[in-house]
Amino acid sequence: MSDKVVLELLSLEKSLGLKKTNKYSTQGDKQVPVLQTNNGPNLIGLTTIAAHLVQEAQQKQLLGNTAEEKAIVQQWLEYRVTQIDGHRGKDETRTVLKDLNQYLEDKVYLAGDDFTLADILVYYGLHPIMTELAVQEKEKYVNVSRWFNHIQHYPGIRQHLPPVVVLKNRLYTSVH
Amino acid sequence: MRLYLTEGNPHCLKVVAAVELTGSRCELQFVGVEERVVPFLAHSKLPCLQLDNGNYLFSTNAICQYLFTLRGKEPSDLTNQWLEWEGTELQTALSGALYMAVVQGKREEAAGALQKKCAYIDQSLMKRSCPFLAADAITVADIVLWGALYPLLSDSTFLPGDLKALRSWFERVCAVAACRKAVESILKGKGLQALKPYLQKQPAPSQRAETPASNEPEGGESADRVLTEEEIGAAAESWSKGLSAWPKPKPIEHPVLPQPNEKNVLITSALPYVNNVPHLGNIIGCVLSADVFARFCRLRNWTTLFVCGTDEYGTATETKALEEGLSPQQICDKYHAVHAHIYQWFGISFDHFGRTTTQRQTEISQDIFRRLLDRDFLLQDTVEQLRCESCQKFLADRFVEGTCPFCNYEEARGDQCDKCGKLINATELKSPQCKICKGTPVVKSSKHLFLDLPKLEARLVKWLEDSMVSGNWTPNARFIARSWIRDGLKPRCITRDLKWGIPVPLEEFKDKVFYVWFDAPIGYLSITANYTDQWERWWKNPEQVQLYNFMAKDNVPFHSVVFPCSLLGAEDNYTLVNHLIATEYLNYEDGKFSKSRGVGVFGDMAKETGIPADIWRFYLLFIRPEGQDSSFSWSDLLLKNNSELLNNLGNFINRAGMFVCKFFEGRVPEMELNDDDKRLLAQATWELRQYLQLLEKVRIRDALKCILNISRHGNQYIQANEPWKRIKGTDADRQRAGTVTGVAVNMACLLSVMLQPYMPSVSASIQEQLLAPPQCNVLTEEFVCILPSGHQIGAVSPLFQKLETDQIESWRKRFGGQQPDEGSANQSKTEAKPAAETKAAAAEDAGKDADPQRAKQLAEEVTKQGEVVRELKAQKAEKAVIGAAVTKLLELKKQLVLAEGKTPEAPAQKGKKKK
Repeated sequence: MSDKVVLELLSLEKSLGLKKTNKYSTQGDKQVPVLQTNNGPNLIGLTTIAAHLVQEAQQKQLLGNTAEEKAIVQQWLEYRVTQIDGHRGKDETRTVLKDLNQYLEDKVYLAGDDFTLADILVYYGLHPIMTELAVQEKEKYVNVSRWFNHIQHYPGIRQHLPPVVVLKNRLYTSVH
Repeated sequence: MRLYLTEGNPHCLKVVAAVELTGSRCELQFVGVEERVVPFLAHSKLPCLQLDNGNYLFSTNAICQYLFTLRGKEPSDLTNQWLEWEGTELQTALSGALYMAVVQGKREEAAGALQKKCAYIDQSLMKRSCPFLAADAITVADIVLWGALYPLLSDSTFLPGDLKALRSWFERVCAVAACRKAVESILKGKGLQALKPYLQKQPAPSQRAETPASNEPEGGESADRVLTEEEIGAAAESWSKGLSAWPKPKPIEHPVLPQPNEKNVLITSALPYVNNVPHLGNIIGCVLSADVFARFCRLRNWTTLFVCGTDEYGTATETKALEEGLSPQQICDKYHAVHAHIYQWFGISFDHFGRTTTQRQTEISQDIFRRLLDRDFLLQDTVEQLRCESCQKFLADRFVEGTCPFCNYEEARGDQCDKCGKLINATELKSPQCKICKGTPVVKSSKHLFLDLPKLEARLVKWLEDSMVSGNWTPNARFIARSWIRDGLKPRCITRDLKWGIPVPLEEFKDKVFYVWFDAPIGYLSITANYTDQWERWWKNPEQVQLYNFMAKDNVPFHSVVFPCSLLGAEDNYTLVNHLIATEYLNYEDGKFSKSRGVGVFGDMAKETGIPADIWRFYLLFIRPEGQDSSFSWSDLLLKNNSELLNNLGNFINRAGMFVCKFFEGRVPEMELNDDDKRLLAQATWELRQYLQLLEKVRIRDALKCILNISRHGNQYIQANEPWKRIKGTDADRQRAGTVTGVAVNMACLLSVMLQPYMPSVSASIQEQLLAPPQCNVLTEEFVCILPSGHQIGAVSPLFQKLETDQIESWRKRFGGQQPDEGSANQSKTEAKPAAETKAAAAEDAGKDADPQRAKQLAEEVTKQGEVVRELKAQKAEKAVIGAAVTKLLELKKQLVLAEGKTPEAPAQKGKKKK
């Protein structure tokens, strides 16, 4: 199956070090992923399945350690499927980049100091947007670019996606 | 923690409910709608939660979950799934629905936009049979979904009675104290309207959000369903039973009458008005949909009666008769035959197709009338009406013109002014004029009888609630009925000053007849009475009979409110509608069907294209406007014919039959089922059961997909097993080729039965080609081997023909807006129509005017233009100017000829406005 979202889940499985691969399909015109389980009902939805995989891989820390961190992870997972995937036009993409840029100004990862599932899924979600971005724009959203570059070099995360070139030295120094 | 809120913001409900339920210590602060609280977000995002360390949570669902987590209630897969579904699926539908309901006042559309989501929740609740969404106790999922849905569902018109599980869940959550508190603090007792100031400041949700291309199948289950071992085993067992234990098809003996202890189904299709040639939209809206269901019921061996007929009384018929120089009865005879012919061509399987101008109709209508009178459900009142003394008649609104009392526009019509658009009462027109003789009508008072709907309201409401809960009403039908009741019922006039109708059997009213809306639905009863003397066994037998009414949604008020009131008031144990099936509208190539402009395909023209009736049936049913309007499109017709019928269904059935003929001398080979085959049988069985369930709920369009899914599975099966290669291989290979061919040809036979309601002729040809035994024509929940090894099949030939693009293009041109006899060369000229005439055309679109009016207006135009030409000539104007005026005159004359030119199928009026 070649659906993008299914590839994403398969990559996540690998990143998490899960051995046996699950069976996925998609439903509806929005291509919502479905995890088919042998015992019990199917699981529907990207973030739901992703959280389930993390539990399965016994890497609960990726969902956040404290109540607060958990909430922040959940918030950015939701942001991924409602704002990033739901975006319709250039303006909305720009709002997403602008908000994220502002948010990441004083943070290493989305949940602060710890790498979490939110980083992985937001990275997957932003990948097509970042690929399209001109060098100039990547500089404009400097915090997003820095974070993005960091995540794509995080061990075992990039998987099936081609790397996006982010220049460390600014070309357009006058533009902010 | 500090929670920032805004009044009247629907997103605040769940958050406040979560605070209350978890007993969190949290400061609530109300701020303005557009206030930016979260520093890193460019736009205002409320509500939001500021944590003690200064961080912000701006996602309402994350806030709710956080409050639950603090109380030790961690998320589960199921709560996560509900929260994600709420954020991605429900909110998209909901933001559109709220905007439509509150800001635009389109409540019906709003209910429609939400319908599928509500059904999804209902089904999930039923599947798990838990009191709450994710567990036996309330969880964050319940709070989040309840908060999202509360603004709309708290208004009972949005909560369909048939979604019982959803309803009781919703009521259960509403009763929780925390939720009641949240409602109080956010909505302040103002209900939906409290949201208005907030919603008005939001951008209109994009229209695309919840309206996927309406002709596409609705995203449903994924194709690869996981089958359990039990299902597979059961399917294999059913298969091996063969026809031995199969029920026999019940022979149909007329008159069909209800049988005790059986399922008795009475089906009506809205009576088409006689002087219209029905267009494709009319056909799919009632007769064709009802036909599919009737055929399905017969295949299930239910006792089924399907009646319909033409509705013949009323002003429109009188007018048409005058125009054609015939008597009203002659007009009805003529057009009744036109209708009957069209439906016959479409293969509509009426048990009886009658008419309303019969003695039985008069008897039954007068009986109901007398019973209403005796029981004091009729009122008398005086109505002021315009009467033309020279024509000797009271004038219907459409026959009066005058000066608008609001804007002084001189050509205002009797019901509405074309200029200012205001609705007018004909008696208020200044200097009114009779449109027929140009005389001045006078205001006369006339006594009329009214059906006292308010007095019957309590009975109606009780019946309606019961019927909607136990029966199957489409969401639009429920909604329209509820809206009528909510807006309050008023007495409704049931008599008219006309001749062509059923006489009112009272001395005082001897010059009057019944208003058509009063007697037209009685046509169902009288048509049945003309079919059998024992009609009362159907119509006065609510205990044994299930009544299904099919119609387009504009007819819902009469079938759900007005007619039931007549029958309830008559107190004669009438069978009232149990299932009201209303369709939305079918558009033509994204516009409207219009007879006057020659736009669209009408019943009689469908035949002229040479496309078989079954293809029309298939396509119309495939795009049946079930939940929303849909469009007939020529290119889509081509696509569906070539992809679904030719490449999918036809291809599978043809190959299955061909293999039997070519490789096995026309005899079904031996079959040794392996696991793959059994799996396929289970797939097909599953689709078959879906099909049965869907059709039982009259979801005709969705059920058709199941048929196509089976043939899709079949094609994959043949492709994967390659019998044409294996037949040349080893003994084992040949054995395998035989099994695959045998299973495939039996699937083709199953498909022929399932297809019968949709495409009766194609179904018959498949069975003829396969020499299928007639007793296969029964639908049960099982897929059995109908054609055993050794069964001889007949000659196999292709079922469908390819449609070509140039063919389709020529039809599109022909039906696209010009009358067939007008050349396209005319087009540029007609575009330069004078304003007055364009308006006349526009008026026709509204269905208010009829062809004679158009001819009349054109005649006036011609006279005026003639004067213009004479004037110009008298003034010795420039040649070019005179020439242009003459051209225009000639063009008008030409149009006049066309407008007067009487072809048998040129009807006066579109739509059934008067009903």
